[in-house]
Amino acid sequence: MLSNDISVILPELLLAVYAMAALMVGVYARKQEAISNLILWVTVVVFVIFGFWIGFAPEGTSTAFHEAFINDGFARFAKVTLLWGAAAVLAMSRDYLAKNGLLKFEFPVLVALATVGMMMMVSAGDLMSLYLGLELQSLALYVIAAFRRDSLRSSEAGLKYFVLGSLSSGLLLYGASLVYGFAGTTVFSGIYSVVGQEGLSLGLLFGMVFMLAGLTFKISAVPFHMWTPDVYEGSPTPVTALFATAPKMAAAALIARLLFDSFGEVVGQWQQVLVLLSFLSVFVGALAAIGQTNIKRLMAYSSIGHMGFAMMGLAAGTEQGVQAMLIYMAIYVTMNVGVFAFILNMERDGQAVTDISALSLYSKVAPGRAAALAALMFSLAGIPPLVGFFGKLYVLEAAVDAGLVWLAIAGVLASVIGAYYYLRIVYLMYFGATENTLNGRMPMLHGTLLAASSLAMIVGVVNLFGVETLAGMAAATLLN
Amino acid sequence: MVIVTFIFYLFASIAIASALMVILARNPVHSVLWLILTFFTASALFVLMGAELIAMLLMIVYVGAVAVLFLFVVMMLDVDFAQLRYGMAQYFPLGLLIGTIILVELGLAFGDWIYADNAPALRAAVMPAPQDVENTAAIGRILYTDYVYMFQAAGLILFVAMVGAIVLTMRHRKDVKRQNILSQIYRDPAKSVELKDIKPGQGL
Repeated sequence: MLSNDISVILPELLLAVYAMAALMVGVYARKQEAISNLILWVTVVVFVIFGFWIGFAPEGTSTAFHEAFINDGFARFAKVTLLWGAAAVLAMSRDYLAKNGLLKFEFPVLVALATVGMMMMVSAGDLMSLYLGLELQSLALYVIAAFRRDSLRSSEAGLKYFVLGSLSSGLLLYGASLVYGFAGTTVFSGIYSVVGQEGLSLGLLFGMVFMLAGLTFKISAVPFHMWTPDVYEGSPTPVTALFATAPKMAAAALIARLLFDSFGEVVGQWQQVLVLLSFLSVFVGALAAIGQTNIKRLMAYSSIGHMGFAMMGLAAGTEQGVQAMLIYMAIYVTMNVGVFAFILNMERDGQAVTDISALSLYSKVAPGRAAALAALMFSLAGIPPLVGFFGKLYVLEAAVDAGLVWLAIAGVLASVIGAYYYLRIVYLMYFGATENTLNGRMPMLHGTLLAASSLAMIVGVVNLFGVETLAGMAAATLLN
Repeated sequence: MVIVTFIFYLFASIAIASALMVILARNPVHSVLWLILTFFTASALFVLMGAELIAMLLMIVYVGAVAVLFLFVVMMLDVDFAQLRYGMAQYFPLGLLIGTIILVELGLAFGDWIYADNAPALRAAVMPAPQDVENTAAIGRILYTDYVYMFQAAGLILFVAMVGAIVLTMRHRKDVKRQNILSQIYRDPAKSVELKDIKPGQGL
């Protein structure tokens, strides 16, 4: 029995063991600099290998520990996305960390532990494992947000994220305790059967809404988004890149899992909550970003807007909607890896710059990089025929098919407004005033990731690299 | 039975009174001491219910660790509590209003409290309560079997907290003189002691 359970959670178990072993190696190693470097690269390789391992695992759904842990197609899709996203970000972070004297072996270890938490989140089948996964992820992320501890901004970001994150955990726990009290069980399938028989009592509704409030904080959907710009701006840039990729995927998948696995019978009840979240997020993301001058803050608002679109797919409450959400998130993670590969190398005379105006006439300095960033910006804005457009198309299609026509129209409007600030970056790069342009060099790896990400946005138009069918299969396992 | 009821009311009233004193005491150190009394009486109430493990946990974890930690924080940090309370009266009506709204909302939820038919059965099915097993043993039995996944995950969270605390606070200071026991042991008396012949009436 136990051996069976362990074989189901083997990837998470091994990753946790790896993180502890790496920490031990780091603590007892003599040459800190070299060993930190080594651990970072080994962690990247481990993430990539685990991604392949989970991605090519045999089909089928298996559960462990009395359904506390579910390994199905949906979980595997999310895990592969977040593992590869985290691997790419970690690989990119090395140069920045080394340059700023932050290259410590704890960094990759904490990222690995956060990843274990994310994998537990997307596989959660029980309120308790949901909470534990979420806390493991969050706690590790709080620490790395404040990783540049000599910087006031970074410490502030970490503290702010920690305090507000604890508040959201409190809301989540309060909701979970209400759900447990009214359903009499913490297992998702048990809650599902109670809801199926009794309908959604007021207490369960309360609990569900509180849990949603706690969880949407983690994906920074409006109105739980206030922390995002400050934390994104204050954290070290590689940490911001991590925040914008893997944890978003994990939290979005967790929301989908909770809503469909335990409240799948009463779609109408949570649909209105998600519709509101999605509507507010797309507009706040589009409008608030216009006035930003710092590219990290801009990416924060951009991520709020994108989460609004992901929630739009979920709000449809259908298998098509879940599929659209998964496709959207996979595309979003890919785009952000590319954009942050660029942001990490924004510097002038060796000084890191995050001001947007510094991009003026960048196309003269580095035409290739400017073109790649332009492609990514077009894709983020959702301009056809780039892949970002197809992500939005799937989401809008799901919303329309579910009868949420006005929400889809609002989404289109918001994405038109949002296109302004993405295109402004492109405008600056090609037609801006010429002063103080960036002049940093880009390491090979970053260039490769930037190029790969922007090429994917163009070439992916053909068939989305098969992500569509994979996401469809994943969505089907969630709604069986 | 009368005695049990009497003891219950005794401890319950002490618990409520000391909890009140926690927020009424002017001196924060006194507040923490009252808090410890609250924990003690609460754990006595748990013993009364037959939940001896939780009672002991309350003593060990809350009194032994959390309260002492509070005490340290209160005594170490020079917080001017009078300053903190300043302006309290100004915000009181707003706080009261929000508190009332939350209370009414929660009352609404509570008023609609309906048990699902299979809820009691589901709750009972988590672990049948055998008569001859003490609850310490029973909790241990499911904690390390059915819930081992959660137990280990909780351990991992504490591990991250520990690593995080060290990463964010530890500094490798170069200017501190550390004891190196090996170098002390291998100290050679022939090299470390120098004999000087001092003539009478003269200094060194």
